[in-house]
Amino acid sequence: MKYEIQPTLPPPSSMIGVVGWLRKNLFNGPTNSVATIVVGYFLISFLVPTIQWIFIDSDWVGTSRDACTSGGACWVFIANRLDQFLYGFYPETEHWRPQLAFIIMIGSIIWLVLPQTPKKGLVAILLLVVYPIIAYFLLYGDVFGLPQVETHLWGGLTLTLVLAVVGIVASLPLGIVLALGRQSDMPIVKSVCVTFIEIWRGVPLITVLFMASVMLPLFFPEGMSFDKLLRALIGITLFQSAYMAEVIRGGLQAIPKGQYEAADALGLGYWQKMILVIMPQALKLMIPGIVNTFIALFKDTSLVLIIGLFDVLAIGQAANQDPDWIGYSTESYLFIALLFWVFCFSMSRYSQHLEKKLHTGHGNRA
Amino acid sequence: MNHSHATDKLMVELRDLNKWYGEFHVLKNINLEVKQGEKIVICGPSGSGKSTMIRCINHLEEHQKGDIIVNDIPLNEDIKNIEAIRKDVGMVFQHFNLFPHLTVLENCVLAPIWVKKMPRKEAEAQAMELLERVKIPDQALKYPGQLSGGQQQRVAIARSLCMNPDVMLFDEPTSALDPEMIKEVLDVMIELANEGMTMLCVTHEMGFAKTVADRVIFMDGGQIVEENEPHEFFNNPQHERTQLFLSQILQH
Ligand SMILES: Nc1ncnc2c1ncn2[C@@H]1O[C@H](COP(=O)(O)OP(=O)(O)O)[C@@H](O)[C@H]1O
Ligand SMILES: [Mg+2]
Repeated sequence: MKYEIQPTLPPPSSMIGVVGWLRKNLFNGPTNSVATIVVGYFLISFLVPTIQWIFIDSDWVGTSRDACTSGGACWVFIANRLDQFLYGFYPETEHWRPQLAFIIMIGSIIWLVLPQTPKKGLVAILLLVVYPIIAYFLLYGDVFGLPQVETHLWGGLTLTLVLAVVGIVASLPLGIVLALGRQSDMPIVKSVCVTFIEIWRGVPLITVLFMASVMLPLFFPEGMSFDKLLRALIGITLFQSAYMAEVIRGGLQAIPKGQYEAADALGLGYWQKMILVIMPQALKLMIPGIVNTFIALFKDTSLVLIIGLFDVLAIGQAANQDPDWIGYSTESYLFIALLFWVFCFSMSRYSQHLEKKLHTGHGNRA
Repeated sequence: MNHSHATDKLMVELRDLNKWYGEFHVLKNINLEVKQGEKIVICGPSGSGKSTMIRCINHLEEHQKGDIIVNDIPLNEDIKNIEAIRKDVGMVFQHFNLFPHLTVLENCVLAPIWVKKMPRKEAEAQAMELLERVKIPDQALKYPGQLSGGQQQRVAIARSLCMNPDVMLFDEPTSALDPEMIKEVLDVMIELANEGMTMLCVTHEMGFAKTVADRVIFMDGGQIVEENEPHEFFNNPQHERTQLFLSQILQH
């Protein structure tokens, strides 16, 4: 047989273009075509009125419910309450403080996400270690001439973010320590960690929060008051660190034994081995699990409303009770859902971005 | 054929070494003395305890009875001694075990910087020198996953040498490699042997054994069955078990 170089041809026309795409993905055989039409019908009959309600028939400007006459969503309600949704009862003249804290946080996160910015490691450490301290003094005040704002005034999205950020920043290192402890050769360390993890994992967060707010004070001497927010933060952090520990343990188990042995053979000590060799590889594998835990934590923060803290959901519920605005709870729940979704979706996207970035071209797992 | 570098100083001593995995007696009364500069090749059927024996020397495995003395340091419960021995003993594994998240250069400078507290500049200069010796200085900034098996194993050798070890342990360094890459790794090992390194190699590369070994050790069932200089070992094996093993291995 004679060998000759074959020409490269374009794909047949039924595979390309809009028609090709429709054919291949939506009308590929009679069953698919029927399914496409049925699903399409329901989607349209649901989406059209919803979009109409949210965007077209809705009212956006005004100062009272009298402005809502179009029959659609009454966003005037949200607009009038926006400050409460965002800051709770934080004094209006001091709103710039949570705003500044938020801007610093978002700014450093954008810094970390953008591909070209220098000194990412330094920024990450500042964000995880220094930022929480700055944010605390900024929000609480009582230093540098900032008036004090008691934590019971904190609320809305600000409080939700405080709970989530503190929970995330504190539960990760605690989770790492617990996971390492669970792997330890020392029986006492190991059993303490296992017990801790299993107790917290076996209790619903609601119970933890009740215990933190009702039972914890019983163990303290009389008259010693202990900030309610702080108690909730401790409860959430301990609860989440148990989950984090299990995610991290999974990642550690995926690292081949040879990596531990090579580090041992080179004379690295236990902490050097863990910090320089094992953790960097394990964290890479754990990113999806860790972010899942973060997302769960972020949403779980809304449970604090049952111990009387006014996170964004609690603020929404309070607003719904306002006699001037009765009947607009759909709008407030939708708005709250949107807020949660924006943050959770961003976290999810960021984790995908990190995963992609960290998995470039060096996947040797021997 | 090969001129020995052996001095009188004992580098590794195993005395009545015994080890169990649970009930399983994996090493039985192993006695072995390795002098400074000596090259020992260890062979034997799979499961005979070769890896376990050399992994005891740097305490990757714990032994239950007998003594191990490396470079005059007794290997015991004292963590200081274990650390000291690991600084003196380099090890090369079958599956390389490079750190995949670090570049070749970072793999090489990690232990010198963190264990020996060497300044980074100095560690990098030394690493580049050693990468040149294993003939891959141009790969220094790549990640292990981007290299071939033979290149990875040479990096692993360089990484061990960066700690300036007195003894090198090799556990089947070429058996995970494609045939065309075996030679490049053996060449590096032969060069190392010619420079006078004390070496214990578990390998079935009999050509290598004939070229560099001062002694060949045959293990079976957790025991040292036979021990001889290479010429005698290959041409005049004493035990039936050794003869059988050699006939199987030399067939190919
Ligand atoms: N961690 C372990 N637990 C139990 N048995 C083991 C373990 N490692 C090795 N063994 C057993 O010990 C014996 C010797 O193993 P090894 O030293 O790896 O042999 P070789 O390297 O000569 O092939 C084998 O029978 C193996 O199954
Ligand atoms: Mg082996």
